[in-house]
Amino acid sequence: MARPIQAQINGKSRIFESEPDTTLLFALREELGLTGTKYGCGEGQCGACTVLVNGTPRRSCQLSVSVAAGKSIVTIEGFEQDGQLHPVQQAFLDQGAFQCAYCTSGMIVSSVALLQKNPHPSEPEIVQALQGNICRCGTHPRIIAAVQQAAKAMHGARS
Amino acid sequence: MSPDGPVDILTNAQGGTNDSRFAAKQAPEARHTLAQPVRAGSENSPNPSAVGAALPITQSSESRNVLEGGNKASAAPEKFIPEPERYELHSTSIHHFNLQRRDFFKVMGAGIAIFTVAANAATAQESGARRHNGDQDQPKDISSWLHINDDGIVTVFTGKVEVGQNTRTTLAQSVADELRVPVATIRMVMGDTALTPFDMGTFGSRSTPYMSPQLRRAASAARDLLLRQAATQWNTAPEKLTASDGKITNPASGATLTYAQLAQGKTLARDMPDADPITPPEQWTVAGKSAPKVDARAFVTGQHQYTPDLRLTNALHAKVLRPPTFGATLVSADLSAAQAMPGVVAIRDGDFVAVAAPNERAAEKGLAAIHAEWKNKPQSSSKELYADLKKNLDTEENQKPHEKGSVANGLANAAQRHEQTYTVAYIAHAPLEPRAAVADWKDGKLTVWTGSQRPFGVQEELAAALHLPKDHVRVIVPDTGSAYGGKHTADAALEAARLARAGIDVGDSFSRGGRTVKIVWTREEEFTWSYFRPAGVIEIKSGIAGDGTITAWEFHNYNSGGSGIQTPYDVANQLIQFHPVNSPLRQGSYRGLAATANHFARESFMDELAHAAQIDPLEFRMKNLSDPRLRAVFESAARAFGWPRKQTQPGQGFGMGGGVEKGGYVATCAEISVDQKSGEVRVVQIATAFECGAIVNPDGLRHQVIGANIMGLGGALFESLEFENGRISNPHFAQYRVPRFRDIPQMEVMLLDRKDLPPAGAGETPIVGLAPAIGNAIFDATGIRLRALPLAPRGLKVQKNNA
Repeated sequence: MARPIQAQINGKSRIFESEPDTTLLFALREELGLTGTKYGCGEGQCGACTVLVNGTPRRSCQLSVSVAAGKSIVTIEGFEQDGQLHPVQQAFLDQGAFQCAYCTSGMIVSSVALLQKNPHPSEPEIVQALQGNICRCGTHPRIIAAVQQAAKAMHGARS
Repeated sequence: MSPDGPVDILTNAQGGTNDSRFAAKQAPEARHTLAQPVRAGSENSPNPSAVGAALPITQSSESRNVLEGGNKASAAPEKFIPEPERYELHSTSIHHFNLQRRDFFKVMGAGIAIFTVAANAATAQESGARRHNGDQDQPKDISSWLHINDDGIVTVFTGKVEVGQNTRTTLAQSVADELRVPVATIRMVMGDTALTPFDMGTFGSRSTPYMSPQLRRAASAARDLLLRQAATQWNTAPEKLTASDGKITNPASGATLTYAQLAQGKTLARDMPDADPITPPEQWTVAGKSAPKVDARAFVTGQHQYTPDLRLTNALHAKVLRPPTFGATLVSADLSAAQAMPGVVAIRDGDFVAVAAPNERAAEKGLAAIHAEWKNKPQSSSKELYADLKKNLDTEENQKPHEKGSVANGLANAAQRHEQTYTVAYIAHAPLEPRAAVADWKDGKLTVWTGSQRPFGVQEELAAALHLPKDHVRVIVPDTGSAYGGKHTADAALEAARLARAGIDVGDSFSRGGRTVKIVWTREEEFTWSYFRPAGVIEIKSGIAGDGTITAWEFHNYNSGGSGIQTPYDVANQLIQFHPVNSPLRQGSYRGLAATANHFARESFMDELAHAAQIDPLEFRMKNLSDPRLRAVFESAARAFGWPRKQTQPGQGFGMGGGVEKGGYVATCAEISVDQKSGEVRVVQIATAFECGAIVNPDGLRHQVIGANIMGLGGALFESLEFENGRISNPHFAQYRVPRFRDIPQMEVMLLDRKDLPPAGAGETPIVGLAPAIGNAIFDATGIRLRALPLAPRGLKVQKNNA
């Protein structure tokens, strides 16, 4: 058995016991039961597995679990606080920005990361930030609208 | 009656996994209550809540007794031995739901139940009737049912599934509308072969036109029953009472009774023939308006569990050894190294070689340890695809042409004659949730969770492949991460089930209490081992008179299919034929089927004819079109788009396309721009007008139309599966380009609401106008006529060279 890997997962200290060459995606999903993070391609091409690693959006299918050691990781399950949705989640809900919704977790995580870095993104900046996230149902216009709504909710209108 | 029994079912229904709440919040071992398909207790137990989470799936009490007699004695796991006589007995068992109809209240608790009986042949074929081998008669049977609990909760059972097209919400809206209750009181139980009536599948844009009226009839009958109940209590006539907002009111006295009160302590059941009247669209109150997705919150919080998200106790993770090339046969396989690895199960069954292990990495390592030799056979390549398609006609399947008048005469009388050939590449559905299944094998019975558009088809495939009676197989479809016509087959379910059975065969420690196996296809497997939208070659020959009237129309489609093959234009002389071909790749359904290919060819050629006749493409279409519904969408799209438009900058172009398919009418106008340096084609703006009768959920419909256009963008511009030597050459998202945010144009959708017409499905048809609109716009911009889909996967190189 490999040395356990300790990380902050959604604000709590957790231990991974998976083999160190296990992907972070698999360890989050199967070991910790955080199945909101999705497998879409395993190739870092679709963004469905996006999580925040020390605040930066990363493709968890491309990381081994050993990379998580000592880091803070936030998954889609980490955004809701005391029954209150994160403004980005609320905006996706309000805009109906999903169809099959399999891409939704990754879209929300990537959008949260964008808004942390850039509180008032322009539409091209949103497009740029989400270019690595695939939605096959064609929900893109509503996702952009949701990010714009969330930006307003979080930071107010740009003065 | 313990309140937990029915509540379990109700809660389960909403998440779509049919056990989401309990997989999420309870210990995984509790699953066995659900996973056990048949419990002796369902008939014998005095406490009906014992079966609250697991309705019996046997088809008749007689057959069940026989089977349970065989299995009851041993509680310990055992090898499953198929018993031919019993299998024969079961294959002819009569109706799926006799038992459940009788036992319904034991399971659901008190209340009011309505069973929709599929009385007419069309409905019965869709839902309700089970087709048996050697028995082509379609018996009358239940096609859907509805139950009103004594807490006012309405549970609706249908075999349709939710794959992102929002049918869970739109069907709930229809029931709410007809029953006069808020949408929030409706629970939809969908796509579970043990709980829902037989259904052919969720495809062909039929949920709204077929299932919605059936559920409305059930709801209408329930409302009628509630009115009568109240009338009896108040000693008045039902006609004097009104139903609204979940209660019956007596306007004369002001008295009210809620549905919950009326259902209290009752066990009322009624069969409904499907001829009952339902509320016409003009009088809808809940339907016809936008409604949010019923379980939206679960999706933005990551709580919804798709098939790959189900975590069952001791589940093994599976990997399949794929042949190196299509059609390769297995010469030898040495499994010993894999089998020696701790916890790894490795099996071979014919050409099927697979491993299962406690985690994914171990399964991958197990798979890598297998040494296999394959014999490849010669394969064709995508480079010769279109020539091959025309060479490999499937003469046995050959279909008769549609003929009208004489094409020869029509051509002879034409002022101009034209002919052209169009081609369409194979493309992949690439649903973001790959094919996946979780199979739980216990006491010789199998429960499989899988993302599928055909739960009952998967049940049949599993029963046949594993030599099981159908009532030993339960298939549950969690709301699925999209399908687009790509999830009709049982592939992943079969693989997981075969391995789950193997776990019992080898008798290792995991097999105690039953083996569970999960398989999630990799993206490369998705792109290689699923099936594809058929490639095709389309040849058109036509003549036009001096005034632009089309005098002849000859249309041949090789391989891609017959959907949307007819021309909606008024042509006196027609010959239209679909030619089936022995396809080099595995092919199947796709959003819109061949209608995309046929519309691409037809609407591109209409544009070519219009230019040949020197008539504006819209005017040319209208000149040859009398169908008022199609005229209306063309006019609407053109108006919104500002047709005709003039080029204001180099590389800009405008085009249109449209048609009718599956009861929906669509017209699409597109503006494109061609980068003068790189030759890259960008779609700048799309205007789509769509009409599908009365609109059930405008917001959901708009979403479908936009989604179809964005998906269509990929097939129109850049998606194409390339293959050589029996391998797909581009089986990754890095090589197979699908539409991304930067590709999305500005989009406008005009919905034409026809309250006077019954609603048609809408998930597919809006896709068909886009590709020709883009192709025609490219011609408008550059003078280059592109006749192959995808139109410009690597931009317009020709344009660059000419510039």
